[in-house]
Amino acid sequence: MYVYDEIDQTLVDERVAQFRDQMRRRVAGELSEDEFRPLRLMNGLYLQLHAYMLRVAIPYGTLSSAQLRQLATIGRRWDRGFGHFTTRQNLQYNWPKLEDTPDILAALAEVQMHALQTSGNCIRNVTADQYAGVAAGEAADPRIYSELIRQWSTLHPEFSFLPRKFKIAVTGCADDRAAVKVHDIGLVARRNVAGELGFEVIVGGGLGRAPMIGHTVRAFLPERHLLSYLEAILRVYNRYGRRDNKFKARIKILVHERGAAAFTADVEAEWEAMRLDAVDLPPEEVARVAAFFAPPPYEGLPGGEDRALTAHRFEDRAFAQWLPTNVAAYKQQGYAIANISLKPEGGIPGDATSEQMEAVATLADRSSFGEIRVTHAQNLVLPHVAQRDLHAVWQTLRAHDVTASNLSLVSDIIACPGLDYCALANARSIPVAQRILRRFAGLERQHDIGELGIKISGCINACGHHHVGAIGILGVDRKGEEYYQITLGGHAGTDASIGEIVGPAVSSEQVVDAIDTIVATYVAQRRDGERFIDTYRRVGKEPFKESLYATH
Amino acid sequence: MPLIKERRVAVADPWIAVADGDALPADAAAIVSAARWAAEREALLGRNAPLDVRLKPDQGPETIVADLDRLALVAVEFPAYTDGRGYSTARLLRERYGFTGELRAVGNVLRDQLAFMARCGFDAFEYAGKTPVEQALAAFDEISVVYQTAADRRRSAATERSDRSRVFLNGTCG
Repeated sequence: MYVYDEIDQTLVDERVAQFRDQMRRRVAGELSEDEFRPLRLMNGLYLQLHAYMLRVAIPYGTLSSAQLRQLATIGRRWDRGFGHFTTRQNLQYNWPKLEDTPDILAALAEVQMHALQTSGNCIRNVTADQYAGVAAGEAADPRIYSELIRQWSTLHPEFSFLPRKFKIAVTGCADDRAAVKVHDIGLVARRNVAGELGFEVIVGGGLGRAPMIGHTVRAFLPERHLLSYLEAILRVYNRYGRRDNKFKARIKILVHERGAAAFTADVEAEWEAMRLDAVDLPPEEVARVAAFFAPPPYEGLPGGEDRALTAHRFEDRAFAQWLPTNVAAYKQQGYAIANISLKPEGGIPGDATSEQMEAVATLADRSSFGEIRVTHAQNLVLPHVAQRDLHAVWQTLRAHDVTASNLSLVSDIIACPGLDYCALANARSIPVAQRILRRFAGLERQHDIGELGIKISGCINACGHHHVGAIGILGVDRKGEEYYQITLGGHAGTDASIGEIVGPAVSSEQVVDAIDTIVATYVAQRRDGERFIDTYRRVGKEPFKESLYATH
Repeated sequence: MPLIKERRVAVADPWIAVADGDALPADAAAIVSAARWAAEREALLGRNAPLDVRLKPDQGPETIVADLDRLALVAVEFPAYTDGRGYSTARLLRERYGFTGELRAVGNVLRDQLAFMARCGFDAFEYAGKTPVEQALAAFDEISVVYQTAADRRRSAATERSDRSRVFLNGTCG
């Protein structure tokens, strides 16, 4: 993991002092709420329905055990004993007091964390593949480039007042787990025929009101030019992105209105003109950062399945059920990736109590080289678990009620905070998620249904990523009543697609039955081995529409 | 409106902003709009006094780049502090077009944007914030380290680090 040097530490410490003074000036009336808003937003502090909300950055979803423990401590001391992991690999506290926030930021700085640029019209916290460094077949570890981007984008003097927020995602795998095609910029590390490292640069994807799949503006950008190329894209966006209408201000609209070819030409021209401006990093700085992400000191373990693991698999049925859904293959023999579902039956997707966070931190110390990952599906990962430790890990997780065996299954729901917390929402998300979780609680049925992502957003801003859910649910307000519009066929992977609206929105009472009907239609239509998304792409929306609106 | 120059509160401002319809002062330094500059370029260049052009956010440096060496000052407008286009204009003027005259931020110029503006090459600010201007000067020094190379040529973290490792190597290798 990356470890701050005194330069990094100085910056976050000084930023805490700066924010403390900004808050003082707000309280003293030197700053109006309008003037204070962008300042607090650039430190992740929102004013929500009932309270302030503080969004803490977890850069590229990587945490040390000490950091997770500190997040637990902060939750206990300044919140209500829990935190909420978000779809951008961050953590939100829903109940901090304004006057406590400088102290919370200072507590974060103690463990090399911050809330910088988790909000506001700036370059947001960069996200990456949660299996970075542990998945087989990576061209490069995306954490290296994510950290370089984190530093480059932090307090960037030119790009802190963009037309709108700006999100960058990085993956090193052809198998995309970082949703790179629905980000303002998506980067895919790959090697060319000569074996040199570079990036496919995808621009202009996004969800929200106008969901779009990004365009590839560069099939292969040599690694050494990464930052100057990003700077060229951001400069074109900063100068020419629309500022007249908040809903048309994202870069995807600029790319769409200008046309992908013309936009690409603008970026290339800007980059040609600026590439001598010394934006790019010296190779020794890249090497310095890369060294932090070297593989952990593995034991030399034998290949094949560990014998103790095989024995536990036969003896313990619940454990045997958890393995195929929640444990993923690791590049190093003898090791495994253990996913921790934060989607218990009837629970709130992405919520973790301080006790659960501490338990996971302890497990990470014992069995995962002190490292934890946060996924954009709002789950946690112990990335480096020896196979022989899996059963003990699972037992500890079970003692803390985080062993739901539902990763990527129908109950692994992604949901935004919705109207229970959020000032922007039109409808509640969490209660809908909880009702669906209860309806599909039976694991056998879930396993029969297979991989199916349900994603719920409480408003058109799409924080729950409903456009890329195999089943997407969007909360809408209809004359003061909560209704839900259902989309089908969305997907965030390498073959990304935006979901299609299946028909008129359904009421809150009808929505769980509607999901049940859609799932039953899939089960009736599917051929051997087809996932929901495969069946949908083959048969289209008609059979779903028919069964759905015939029953209502 | 207080003027900040070279990180101090300036005593007097020699420049006079002239509205588009108004007559120019005889010998004083004058600030005109880019539109007036385009329309009356020849006459303006014939004056015997320093000239400045004031750029709106959508008027990039390309508008005046051909005449840059005739201008003593360029003012860049920030109609709202949230409109960040002027930051790109400033960096381009300094880093690409080599403008060495005064680069002045005007409009909704507030305390907490000063440091960003300075990094992009502004060296004068028509300050419009509520915090007293003497206190606002502290904004320039709140963050002592920078990650990026920009128009102010401050040493970035990466440069610091590679220099340090070189010193270290020289020290150990003799």
